[in-house]
Amino acid sequence: MIKIENIQKSFGDNHVLKGISTQFEKGKTNLIIGQSGSGKTVLMKCLLGLYEIDEGHIFFDQKDYQNLDADGKMDIRRELGMVFQGSALFDSMTVIENVSFPLKMFTDQSESEMQDRAAAVLKRVNLKQEAFKRFPDEISGGMQKRVAIARAIVMNPNYLFCDEPNSGLDPKSAMIIDNLIQEITQEYNITTVINTHDMNSVMEIGDKILFLKDGYKEWEGSNKEIFKTDNEAVSSFVYSSDLFKKVREVYLKS
Amino acid sequence: MIMLKEVFKKPTKKSIMKSLIYKEIDELIFGSLGIVIFISFFIGGVVAIQTALNLENPLIPKSLIGFATRQSVILEFAPTLTSIVLAGKIGSFITSSIGTMRVTEQIDALEVMGVNPLNYLVYPKIIALLMYPFIIAIAMYMGVLGGYSAINIAELSTSTDFIEGIRLDFDPYHVTYAFIKTIVFAFLLATIPSYHGYYMKGGALDVGKASTTAFVWTTIVIIVMNYVLTQLILG
Repeated sequence: MIKIENIQKSFGDNHVLKGISTQFEKGKTNLIIGQSGSGKTVLMKCLLGLYEIDEGHIFFDQKDYQNLDADGKMDIRRELGMVFQGSALFDSMTVIENVSFPLKMFTDQSESEMQDRAAAVLKRVNLKQEAFKRFPDEISGGMQKRVAIARAIVMNPNYLFCDEPNSGLDPKSAMIIDNLIQEITQEYNITTVINTHDMNSVMEIGDKILFLKDGYKEWEGSNKEIFKTDNEAVSSFVYSSDLFKKVREVYLKS
Repeated sequence: MIMLKEVFKKPTKKSIMKSLIYKEIDELIFGSLGIVIFISFFIGGVVAIQTALNLENPLIPKSLIGFATRQSVILEFAPTLTSIVLAGKIGSFITSSIGTMRVTEQIDALEVMGVNPLNYLVYPKIIALLMYPFIIAIAMYMGVLGGYSAINIAELSTSTDFIEGIRLDFDPYHVTYAFIKTIVFAFLLATIPSYHGYYMKGGALDVGKASTTAFVWTTIVIIVMNYVLTQLILG
């Protein structure tokens, strides 16, 4: 579980996060949505420790990240897995080397143990063995995302973060990635936080949705509740297309 | 300075660092040998020909051609000119490879995993470039060999005179001076391009801009340091 309390973050005069508080539950896919510039990416980077927050607290299962010493913060970091928007795979390494990289860095496993573990998670994300020895630029975008997920879960993290995991993918691949993240969240019982613009993801896998607007928390609820919300900002963002308006109408009628 | 402090903090696992250093030695040192040998040989040749063509007075011994070639190559051409050329080759490579990792979030990925990206990326380059004097020694040898070959091909002097000139008044301290400069230049070649790559912002176009800026700054600092070190060591 991740709990955040009154997070504030500014860059010079630009006050990006203006006191956000919420809780991301374990075993659930938690989505952060909002328009560009609403503070989604900054919030995620604060949670990942890439940005220092100006005020507030971030609790990783009761541990207050701000009050931990360097070693404590490092221990938390090793419990994090991250899937970047562009996958961020190391292009000088093969697929299997990318996935076994965290094991090489932080464990004392033998080469064969690392290979076995990496192969197991790659199989879990449904990647065929012939792709294992390829370099990232030799595989498709969807496969790169799967490799990124495999790398993120290879150390058995407690927290999984995904930044726009299905951006740039065709609808079918996007759905496969969404479902894969949801399955992994439940199977490993981890806290997953996803930053997304994709309304399909919101409807399909949004166990909890946090809607940000201009650096404030505007709304939060589940993918069932978002159909019923009368919040104007959420409605105009989520139901901006006719298709989703109709989906909402059908849902409410049923 | 802040970057350098971070480079030596939170070291990467020894076994991984060892393989990273070998990889950097292969890319930065052995990968530069071809261009260094080529440039040094021809520069040495040109220095010898120009010296020979300017010696019109019959009272000046022909051995001066070998002497001038040796001094020019050891004191300046091998350490300084080679470093400026490599600021383009090695420097651009370092800035663009680290810059591309920044743009594609690979550095963020390292950071999130708990790896110190500066130690992982920059430290092996600094260590690999400790072998830089090896390149410069080869550049010195090839420069003098180029002069010797050019003089013989153009028949501007005899081999005996040239070799006599190379041996004339040889001061080993000049080689020490050249290697001291070389070590400082190696450090500049590893750190300035790394800084420009690591702290760059923007996209692919900015990687190109950062590479150019890194080359310009590395060259400027090398030239200034060349002056300062010469003043301090020989002045």
